[in-house]
Order: sequence, then C-alpha cells, then structure tokens
Amino acid sequence: MDAFSILPLDVAGGVVLLWMVLGVFGLALQRSPNLICSLVFPSGALASLVLAATGFWALLSTPDIAVLPLGLPDLPLHLRLDTLSAFFLILLGIASFGVSLYAAGYFKHMKGDMLGLLCLEYHLFLASMALVLLANDAYMFMVAWECMALSSYFLVTTDHKIPDIRRAGYLYLLIAHVGALAILLGFGVMQGGHGIGAYTFDAMRAAHLSPYWASAAFLLALFGFGAKAGVLPMHVWLPEAHPAAPSPVSALMSGVMLKTAIYGILRVTFDLLHTQIWWWGVLTLTLGLLTAVFGVMFAAVQGDMKRLLAYSSIENIGLLLVGIGLTIIFHAYHKDALAALSLTATLYHSLNHACFKSLLFVGTGSILHATGERNMGRMGGLIHSMPWVAALMLVGVLAISGLPPLNGFVSEWLLLQAFLLSPGLPNSYIDMLVPVAAAVIALAAALAAYVMVKFYGVIFLGQPREKILEHAHDAGRWERTGMSWLALMCVLLGLAPVFVVQQIDHVSQLLLGAHLGNAAAGWMFLTPVDTERASYGPVYFLLAVLGVMLATVWVVHHFYHGRLRRGSAWDCGYPEQTARMQDTAEGFGQPIRRIFEPFFKIENELPTAFDAHPKYNGRSDDRLWHLLYLPLKYLIEKLSGWVSLLQHGRIHLYLTYTFVTLIVLLIFV
Amino acid sequence: MMINSELILVIVFQLTQLLLVVLAAPLLTGWVNQCQAWLQNRSGAGVLQPYRVLHKLFRKDAIIAHNASWLFRITPYIVFGCMWLAAAIIPIIAVDLPFSRAADVIALVGVFALARMFIALAAMDIGTAFGSLGARREMLVSFLAEPALLMVLFTASMISHSTQLPSIVEALAHHQFVLYPSLAFAALAFLMVLLAENARIPVDNPNTHLELTMIHEAMILEYSARHLALIEWASSLKLFAYFSIGIALFLPQGIAELGHWSALPLAIVLLLFKLVLAGAGLALLEALMAKMRIFRAPEFLGTAFLLAVLGLLIRFLLRA
Amino acid sequence: MQIPLTLQFVNLLASMLLLIVFAMLGQRRILSLINLFAWQGAVLALSTFIVAFSTAQHHLYYSAGLTLLLKVLVLPWLLHRLIRKLNVKWDVETLLNIPTTMLIGIALVIFAFNLAAPISQLSQGITRGLIGIALASVLLSLLMMMTRRKAISQVVAFLSLENSLFFAATSATQGMPLVVEFGIALDVLVATFIFGIFFFRIRETFDSLDITHMEKLKDD
Repeated sequence: MDAFSILPLDVAGGVVLLWMVLGVFGLALQRSPNLICSLVFPSGALASLVLAATGFWALLSTPDIAVLPLGLPDLPLHLRLDTLSAFFLILLGIASFGVSLYAAGYFKHMKGDMLGLLCLEYHLFLASMALVLLANDAYMFMVAWECMALSSYFLVTTDHKIPDIRRAGYLYLLIAHVGALAILLGFGVMQGGHGIGAYTFDAMRAAHLSPYWASAAFLLALFGFGAKAGVLPMHVWLPEAHPAAPSPVSALMSGVMLKTAIYGILRVTFDLLHTQIWWWGVLTLTLGLLTAVFGVMFAAVQGDMKRLLAYSSIENIGLLLVGIGLTIIFHAYHKDALAALSLTATLYHSLNHACFKSLLFVGTGSILHATGERNMGRMGGLIHSMPWVAALMLVGVLAISGLPPLNGFVSEWLLLQAFLLSPGLPNSYIDMLVPVAAAVIALAAALAAYVMVKFYGVIFLGQPREKILEHAHDAGRWERTGMSWLALMCVLLGLAPVFVVQQIDHVSQLLLGAHLGNAAAGWMFLTPVDTERASYGPVYFLLAVLGVMLATVWVVHHFYHGRLRRGSAWDCGYPEQTARMQDTAEGFGQPIRRIFEPFFKIENELPTAFDAHPKYNGRSDDRLWHLLYLPLKYLIEKLSGWVSLLQHGRIHLYLTYTFVTLIVLLIFV
Repeated sequence: MMINSELILVIVFQLTQLLLVVLAAPLLTGWVNQCQAWLQNRSGAGVLQPYRVLHKLFRKDAIIAHNASWLFRITPYIVFGCMWLAAAIIPIIAVDLPFSRAADVIALVGVFALARMFIALAAMDIGTAFGSLGARREMLVSFLAEPALLMVLFTASMISHSTQLPSIVEALAHHQFVLYPSLAFAALAFLMVLLAENARIPVDNPNTHLELTMIHEAMILEYSARHLALIEWASSLKLFAYFSIGIALFLPQGIAELGHWSALPLAIVLLLFKLVLAGAGLALLEALMAKMRIFRAPEFLGTAFLLAVLGLLIRFLLRA
Repeated sequence: MQIPLTLQFVNLLASMLLLIVFAMLGQRRILSLINLFAWQGAVLALSTFIVAFSTAQHHLYYSAGLTLLLKVLVLPWLLHRLIRKLNVKWDVETLLNIPTTMLIGIALVIFAFNLAAPISQLSQGITRGLIGIALASVLLSLLMMMTRRKAISQVVAFLSLENSLFFAATSATQGMPLVVEFGIALDVLVATFIFGIFFFRIRETFDSLDITHMEKLKDD
C-alpha cells in the first residue's frame, strides 16, 4: 500500500472529527433550532452510517495503527482499528444512525439555547464513544472514557431544574468515577511498572504478568467496566439515570454506552492479558447470572416505562456477562471452537441489544411526548392513536423477548447451543455449573417475555386510562424513520444470522485464534457445529409461518363468509366496564412480586375499611440499596466527619500541619 | 436423480404430516373429552364433537369489540399458524422431516412462546378486567413452564448430542435399547408442563368460566366465531404437539425411518395406539386431581422446572 | 461401551429413588408422604431383587423380601394407623418454603455427586452414579428432617434416610451380611414403635405434634 491510500482508520477518525465539528456547529446555531434539527442531527446520522460502513471495511482488512502528535510528552495518543474495535464501531454506527434520525424529530420543540448545548454534548458523546473503541493506549482510553462519562452526565441532566434528575446524574457520575478509578488502576497493574511508555496497549500485550497480577488486573477491569455496564451490585445508577435522560440519550446510553464496557472487558481479558484463568470465567458467569435474574425480576415490578427498560438492560448485560464468562472458561480449558461459539453469541447479543433497546427507548420518547407521562399505569390503548409507534415497538418487544424469527432469538439460540455442546470439563463443579446456568438463562428469557407483555400490553393495548390519551399524536416523520431503521435492523439481524456470524468470525479469530464458521454451505441455515447437531433457518421459518398463516386466512375466507360486526365487549356479561378495571403495571407485576418476595423490599400502604378516599400504594425497593449503599454512605460520612476535625479555619493551624508533615517526611526520607 | 426423488419423498412426507396433524388434532381433543365423560359417568358427546363445534363456529358472524385493534384480529391466525407448524415439525410417524432443519427444539419452544405472546397481548387488547387477568396468569404459568420444557428437551438433546428433533428421535428410537435415568426426571417434569401449558387440571380448568379459576379461557373471552374456532383448533393442535413431543422423547419406538415405506403402516398403527392410550391417561389424571389455587401453580411448575434441571444434572454428571 | 441391562435397570431405579426423595421434599400432605415412602420401599425391594438376580447372591433375595414386607407393608400400615389414631391428617408445615428447600436440594445433589465421584472411581464394576445418588438421597432425607415441623414427617424422613443407606449397601456395594440386615430391619421396626409411643407422649404434653413446642422444654 502506498502512503496516500485511505485506510479505515482515517475514515473513522474523520467521522469522529465530523461529529465534534457538528457539535460545535450546533452550539453556534443556537438561534435557529430548526436548522439544528433538520441539518445537524441528520448529518450526524449520515456520519454514523459512514462509520458503520467503515467498520465493515475494517473487519476485512488488517489492523491499522496511528500515532497522533498530541498527548503527553512521552506518550503520544495511539489509535488502532482492529476487528474488535471494528465490530463495536459497526454497532455504534447502526444504533446511532437510527437514534440520530429520531433525535432530529424528537428535539424539535426544545428551546434554542438548550438545544445547542445538547447538540454539542450529544455529538461529543458519540465521538468519545468512538474514541474509546479506537484508543490504543491507556491515556487515550481514559481521556475518551472520561469524556464519554462527562458528556453523558450532562446529557442525563438536561432537565437539571428537576431535583430528582440532578440526584440521578450525581449518582451516575459518582459510580462512573469509582469505575474509572478501578480501570485506571487496572491499567497500572497491566503496565507492570515499566514507566510511562508502557501505558500503550502494545506494551501491555507484550508484558507477561504473573497469574496473581493478571488476576488483579482482571478483577479491577471487571469491577471498573462492570460499574459502567450496570453489573450487580454496581447497577444502582442505571435505573435512575436512564429515565432521567431524554429518550434518544437513554437509547444511546443503554444501546451503545453499556456495550463500550463490554468492549472494555473483552479488550482487557482476551487482548491485553495473555492468559485467561478458569475462575475468572466462573466469577463472570456467576455475576452475569445474578445480574440477569435480578434485572428481569425488578423489571417485572416497575411501573415507570423507562425504569422498566433500564432494568431490562441490566438483565441483558447479565446475559452478555454470562457469554463472556463461558468464553473465558472454554478458552482457559482450550476448547477453542466452543469459546468461539460463546463469544459469537455474546457479540451477536450486544449488537441485537443495541438495536432493540434503542428502538424501545426512543419509542418511549414518542410516548412521553404524546402523553407527557412515564407511568404506565396512566396509559393504555395507544395502539389506536399511535399506530406507527405501536407497530414498530411490537417488533422491538418481540425481538427482546427472544422470539423467532427476530434477532433476539438468534443470540439466545447461540448461547444455549454453547451450553448444550459443552463437553465434560475437567473440573466437575464447573461441569455442573453449566446446566444450572443454562436453566437460569432459560428462566430469565421466559421472564423477559412476561416483562414485555406487561410493557406492551399496559401501554398500547386496552382502553385509555386517562382522558388526555385519546388525543395522543403519533410520532413525526423523522422519528418514524429512525425507529423504522432500528426495527428493520432487528428483522434483518434475525433473518441473516449466517452473514452476521461470518463477520463476527473475524473478531473471534483475533481474540481467540479460532472461529466458528458455518458447517452447512449457503446462507439459509445457521449451523454452528455441524448439520446433525443443530441448525436454524430463520428465513424458512418465517416463510413457513407466513405461508401457513396466509393459507389459513385464504381457506377460512374462501370456504366461509368473512362477515364481521362490531359490538360491546363481552367480558363474561359484566355490563359496567371502565378503564380502571384493567390491570395496571403494578397489578400485572404482582405475581412476580409475590413469588420473589424475599428479593424485594416491599412497602405497602393499604387503606383501612373506613377511609372515604382509599389510597393504595405499593413500592418495591432494591434491597441492595439498603444493605450495601446506605451503610457505605453512612461509613463514608462518618469517616469524612473525622477528617473534618482537622479543619478549623485558622491559617496558622494549617501551617502547623504542613510543618509537621515536612518534619515527618524529613525523618523518614 | 436419486437426490431428487428422495427430496420429493421427504417433502411429500412433510406435507402429509402437515395435513394429517391439522385434521387429526380435534379428534384427539374429542377423545380426551369423551374419556373424561366416561370417567364422570356421562355418556359424552362423541369423539367427533370438536369438528361439529368448529364447523358451527366458522359459520357464525364474527363479533369483535368496538376498540379491538388489528393485533386482536391477526392473533388467531398467528396462533393457529404457530401451533400448526409446531405440531407438524415433530417427527412422530417418520424420522426425517425437511422442515425440522429450519427449526430445532429451541425454535420449537420459541414457536410456542411466540403464539403465547400474541394471545396474551390480544387478551389485553380490549381492556376488560378478565382479559388482563388471563394474560397475567398465562404469563405467570408460562414463565416457569417454558424453561422447564426447554430443560426437558435439553436432557434429550444431551443424550443424542443434537438439538435437531429428527436426530433426537433417531438416537432414542433406533439405537440399542438403553434406559436413561435422566429421562425419568424429564418425563415427570414434562407431564407437569403438559398439564400446565394445555390449560388442564390442576393448573387450569378448560370447562369453566369461573373468574377464580380460569386462565386460558379468560384470555379468549372476547373472541367469537371464526376467530374463536381458530383458537380452539390451535389449542387442539397444541395438545397434539405436546403429545407428539412426549411420544417422540419418551416412547419413540416403532417410528419409521426415511424411505421405509413398509414400516409406515406399522408406525401409524403404533402411533394411534400411543395417542389413544395417552389421551385416556390424561383424562384419568384429570379425573384424579383437583384444581389448585392459582398461587400453588408457580410452586407446581417450579417443581417441574427443578425436576427438569435435576434430570439435566444427572445426565451431565452420570452420563446416564 | 454397553452397560448390562440389569445394571441399567438398577440405575433407573436409583434415579427413581432420588426422584421419590425429591417428591417427598416437595410434598405438603402427610398421607401422600407415607404413600411415597411405601413407593420408595417398593423401588428399593425391586432394586435389591435385581441385584440379587444379577450377582446371584441368594441372601439378597431374603433382604429384598424383608424390605418388601417391612417397608412397603408393615411400616406404612403402622404409620397410617398412627395418624388415624392421632388424627393428624393436616398438611405438613415446613420451616422453609418448598421451592427454597428444593433449590437447596439441588445444591446438595451437586455436592453429593462430586463427593462420590472419587469413591466410585476407586471401586470397579459400579457405575459412578449409584453411590452418588445414594449419598444424595441420604443428604436430602436429612434436609427433610431439618425442615419439617411435624414429628411424623420427621420420622418418615428418618425412614427414608435408612432406605437410602440400605440402597447404598445393597446396590452399590452388593450387599451386607444377612445378619446385619436383619439387625437393621429389626432396629427400624423397633424405632418406629418407639417413635409411635413418643408421639402419644408429645401430644399428651403439648396437645400438638408440632415439635417447635419442644423449645419450651429447655431451662430458662
């Protein structure tokens, strides 16, 4: 290649620059909010598309490296675009394309100065996520990581006049920084004390750590990235911050930002560290299982639609961790084909989650605009007034429930295959963990369907529970386009799994030195191992279901009449039906609350028989908040209370402190 | 040329089973009902009654509520299509069915889940108290029954090293006779799931419209005429599918191999025999049991789930 | 590798045994509990019979017969009579709820299988499962004893524990001397009688068979 040819990295860098420029542009255009919406956001969306295309290109080419003439004296900024980065760039591009298009319509009614600022933060957020994926040294990585945290913090607190939102943002920032510290320490361990030059990822790859230090680095990374991803018990910020943020931002945070943490774990575990130890996998797997079950259980009892989705994100992060854990275990025991299978499932699910969770989050944005309400208990019947949103959200709901032939099913299928094909592992306890884990995954998946029936049913179906809902308006053109794109991706990812798996193979090759391949020729059947063991043909599946359905419709209407009348609902003959007789969100979640009672901290407020205006109120709180965070907070307050004893406000006392410190230091040095 | 004729043969097999299943399913329901009637000392309406009911329902004018949406109207077709497909991909007469390649056991569970999702959503569409009650209870039952079914199928998959239904049946039916202790657990768990998923006593009672007890019926209260007929037919198909799974996993002996035309008549006779027996057994079981309180149902299904997991564990540990 | 059919059958019966213990663990009603116990005895007798047949050890026929007589007929009959006399047909009350108990049970099974793995590898000719299953049944019976409140269900648990041990002795290690078996059988019978007498005493003292009342017996 000659020096002047354009490489994928150049294009990716260009996109990042373009996003930054667009952000500044947005700030400058404060006076004309229309222009921001109809020009800046769509341009950002186009840039996303270019980024996704670049990702595809980079998957097929060799890794690019670039060193920028910026940064610290001994540590210039290093960039690298390999297949792992490329895959996550595709994810970023696909999700942000839809979300940016949607945002163009969503922010239309915002005031100019706020919109300008938001536009800057939004594009900085996108750019910093891309930079996190491109970074090739710890310094660059941390700078991008912090930019990502800060820009998303400002986005979360867009409505900073509301105290609850400020509180949510503060909690988010706090946990993000605890996590960032852990990541930084992890990098510190990995560079192995060789000076500042060793902070490049290349140096870390070359370093050979002892198992102890490697484990320390892994644990720090797992903790740090886990805090960002919302892994138990660092999940508390997620259900606070996601509902607080504007919906496109929630979509990006949940769909893409959580995946950067997954990227981080994968990067550190399989790329930067040269050994993988089996118990890391067991730890990750167990954490993942706990997180998944916890997330879906809490999602089932939520009344706020965005909180529900946030908990569902926690569940999905749990599933991803399970995949990573399984990959580590298989890789540590040198079962490379299986490791590739579970890694493929993990990456596939990341991509899927980015699509359907973004779709659902932006959908809640439309509902929020149309009704001004986040509490599902005050919605209902929106399928009539918002047909577009209802239809597109149905795709997302079916996908996230893991139903064939959509994309959620494919990744779940792959993950379950990884469990099923697992051979006898040397350690019999781990051997036994495998079927138990498979059972827990199946349970979480089935509960997810429960949650989604509740989500969709209470919001869109039934009778409107409030008067104002009858005048709810459907999403606008931009919003529809963005949502349609995401829904389309859900369908396509579901129907063309072979193609996607082939792309993911490039990543597996990089991380594990093995890839999955497709045993059967042709793109119709997904057959990870061989045709006798397992295969899945989504296109045939779809055709068969559609064919059978259409045949039924035809037969029924051909042999019998197709007469249809409308009447009042039957409801077993009860004449008086009001919208208040329907299940609310709390009502629908009640069985789950009852079955898993010990896991919730439940506060019920029930009226007595003599109340003139009876009020029912039930809250299900997170026990971890009370058991872990409040004691921690108390401890820290206590400690800082002691520290504040030193503070007297008299300057000569402070000088004395300095003097004493100096003397002590002189004695010891 | 050889390949072609084989392919045609296989497709003919698939289409035959597709048709056979959809036509025979109501007969099975009729048989179970008839057995129940005998056990309750009634003379019963005859095994052909479900066909008469279906015919009657198809002829009537459909009435739907004023606020029914498109989701409500397409659901019967989706549910019927899913159940039909599910019943048609389980090898019961002959091992090789071409469509089984497109959908393995996990996809089979997925098909059931898809149908359930739609019917639960349709139940909430009108916005009556009963509809959402039914949907909630149905999802409550299924969130434990579905993983239990998956674990049962996994146990069989572990034995045959495949999630493909034909391979599973092939491994269980045609290899040398081996007793699998893990399948004993799986069979019990499967029986419990079958009862729960097909709205049978002790989890649900299909014969009442009593608000305290109904689950499945509460969901489909608003359906009438052809929509109701399709849903009833789908329920028959679902029962048939579950019986087929049971036979395929636990009693597959006698199934015909591909291309063995001569084995086919025997296979059909054996299948009929098994179905008749299973139907009578189901009726007997229902006669012996009492309906549970709704909050005992999760316990019942939790037990099924744990038993299935235990079966899988035993398979994993003992390779037995 | 083809395992002989008789051994397969014993394997199957072993898992039936485990299944029955699990069913007992999940059972709420005392009557069903006793019936399950009778079934357990039947399974045990059958497996002993098969082992006797396959290894041609004649004394095992006797112990199979003894099991059938004692554990399928006499003891359940005794227990039935006991609950009729004491009039305690109500539900079994558990200290832990049933799904939790079952979850702990599964953990115990995993533990038992792993514990038994090295032992089974030492001994030749026995499939790895039998000792593991017997051990798991023992642990599960102990669990049942711990989690039940009523004295009768504790006794059933105790008897099921004895069954599991007996199974380990006959099927996994091909039998003990007949004298020992006779002795144990007699012990169990006597123990049941003594328990019966205890029940009457407990009820007379506390008007209930709920053993949580026995907390009152301690010194304050």
